[in-house]
Amino acid sequence: MDFLSNLALGFSTASSIENLFFCLIGVLLGTLIGVLPGIGATATIAMLLPITFQLEPVSSLIMLAGIYYGAQYGGSTTAILINMPGESSSAVTAIDGYQMARKGRAGAALSIAALGSFFAGSVSTFLVAIFAPPLTAIALQFGSAEYFSLMIVGLVSSIALAHGSVIKALAMVALGLLLGLVGTDIYTGTPRFTLGIREYSDGLNFVAVAVGVFGIAEILRNLENEKTRSLLMAKVSGLLPTRDDFRKMVAPVLRGTVIGSALGILPGGGAILASFASYTVEKRVSDKPEEFGHGAIAGVAGPESANNAGAQTSFIPLLTLGIPANPVMALMIGAMIIQGIVPGPNVATEQPALFWGIIASMWIGNLMLVVLNLPLIGLWVKLLTIPYYVLFPIIMAFCSIGVYSVNSNVYDLFAVAFFGLIGYVLVKLRCEPAPLLLGFVLGPLLEENLRRAMILSRGDPTTFFKRPISATLLVIALAVLVIVFLPSVRKKRDEVFQEED
Amino acid sequence: MKSTTFDRANLLCGLLFIALGAFFALQSLTLELGTAFRMGPGYFPLILACALILLGGVILLQSIRVEGEPIGHIAWRGMFFILPAPIFFGLTVRGLGFVPALFLTALIASFASGKMKPLTALVLAFCLTIFSVLVFSYGLGLPFRRFGPWLGF
Repeated sequence: MDFLSNLALGFSTASSIENLFFCLIGVLLGTLIGVLPGIGATATIAMLLPITFQLEPVSSLIMLAGIYYGAQYGGSTTAILINMPGESSSAVTAIDGYQMARKGRAGAALSIAALGSFFAGSVSTFLVAIFAPPLTAIALQFGSAEYFSLMIVGLVSSIALAHGSVIKALAMVALGLLLGLVGTDIYTGTPRFTLGIREYSDGLNFVAVAVGVFGIAEILRNLENEKTRSLLMAKVSGLLPTRDDFRKMVAPVLRGTVIGSALGILPGGGAILASFASYTVEKRVSDKPEEFGHGAIAGVAGPESANNAGAQTSFIPLLTLGIPANPVMALMIGAMIIQGIVPGPNVATEQPALFWGIIASMWIGNLMLVVLNLPLIGLWVKLLTIPYYVLFPIIMAFCSIGVYSVNSNVYDLFAVAFFGLIGYVLVKLRCEPAPLLLGFVLGPLLEENLRRAMILSRGDPTTFFKRPISATLLVIALAVLVIVFLPSVRKKRDEVFQEED
Repeated sequence: MKSTTFDRANLLCGLLFIALGAFFALQSLTLELGTAFRMGPGYFPLILACALILLGGVILLQSIRVEGEPIGHIAWRGMFFILPAPIFFGLTVRGLGFVPALFLTALIASFASGKMKPLTALVLAFCLTIFSVLVFSYGLGLPFRRFGPWLGF
């Protein structure tokens, strides 16, 4: 059994003392920062990214994956306890989770979220292990034209899942792609858009852009009106769900896992979509739909499982194709590139230990979350009482150290300030930063594949439609665009995001 | 006469995208464009920049039709202290060295909040510096000079 021996290789890589340690640190750090309200998973990873650079590639990616799960779990914790989702994918959890907490069932809600996530995570880890190799085989046959079309699909789907105006999201993608092109042209060696600054000839530092657009911009937004957080925090007690709770959560967890796994594979950020879809489904199939919004257990169990399953399976396009499905995966790509790994189908064949090690570490990370975090909930709750004005100087200091440590390039720090400003301005103008970051990562790849495909076809642009896989992908991209612009879908989409706000 | 209402956020947003697009377009024109067969360094960026200008124009047009939610509070104080912090760190980390540069960076950032008291800020910056030196300099072994040449080291 190839599949089993691969998994065995993965587990032996991931369970070395060293990697277990880094996984643990990642999960703890991720939860720590994810619990702090207003800082979501993307910002957390952007800030902690530099810490991992000193490590071996495998350990560094395992730690990053740990940070990701930790941050997601932290986000759900704040959603349940203080009705402040750390990020959009746990926004749904806040609806019923917070109501449960107000009824004194905070402990049960937290455990249901954790157990549901763990189950979904275990299932989807196996799905990743099963589906990654065949997809890799397909991906190996991709030429430049196919890659170009695939990236277009990814970019278009990121637009579909962004909040607010589609036009703005498109503009953000274009801007991101342009920013990604800053630096030396690979074919001719001509410096582009560097304003004559030699330090930018290798391109803008990915970490600096991510920290600026996600980290700094979020700090500034939190500083806008510093109101004291309402600390309506019931004492967390009765951690273990009752037998009745278990009975109520089984079906939603199973359905959530299926929905999440399916939606997570879609490029463009499945986790958010997954939790909304699951909530809608649960509400529809429930015998008592009136319970939803007033502390329904299914309203916590379903979306949390879906969310985690989606987070997991979104690694599939990343690991097999090298295409990020959401901003977090874009950060992962950035981390891989900095580690000297070219993301794509070759990773599985050339570095099997790395590939399977990451997959196995997902499951280990999820296990650690359940084992560690349930007992540690008291500590996380305490963290919520730290005033924000103490936190952000710390965050600023770590950001500065982190960004500087990547290349010891002072200009990267200037870029952080600049992109912090840009990010803040754009957020104020109601533009989502996620498509920009995705564009930034894909910019150079997109251009390279476009140029190569055009050279191969001797300047004939119809090559993208003549090759069957490429044509199919472009049709998908077009279909997504058309659907987003359809008036009925647009209305529905506005409603969904409204609910989230 | 009916007074026209503008959505200020969209108006600014459209203008910003057009300006950024124009910057990239003008820069691209100074580069070799090449042909569709062999694209030069300016070809793809020029297309993108034109798309950006176009999209900016659409947003601008949309701003005339409906008035959306206002822009709201702007964190002036936050921007005034947060944004210079990494710049300051960049300017001083080599000259002053890691320890004083970090201390001052944290101190600057602290004043972004109106709630921070000066003494708290000092204590916070001090503890943070000690912690970071232990973790990053000694623990992770990052090659930073702890005290730089400006201080006579």
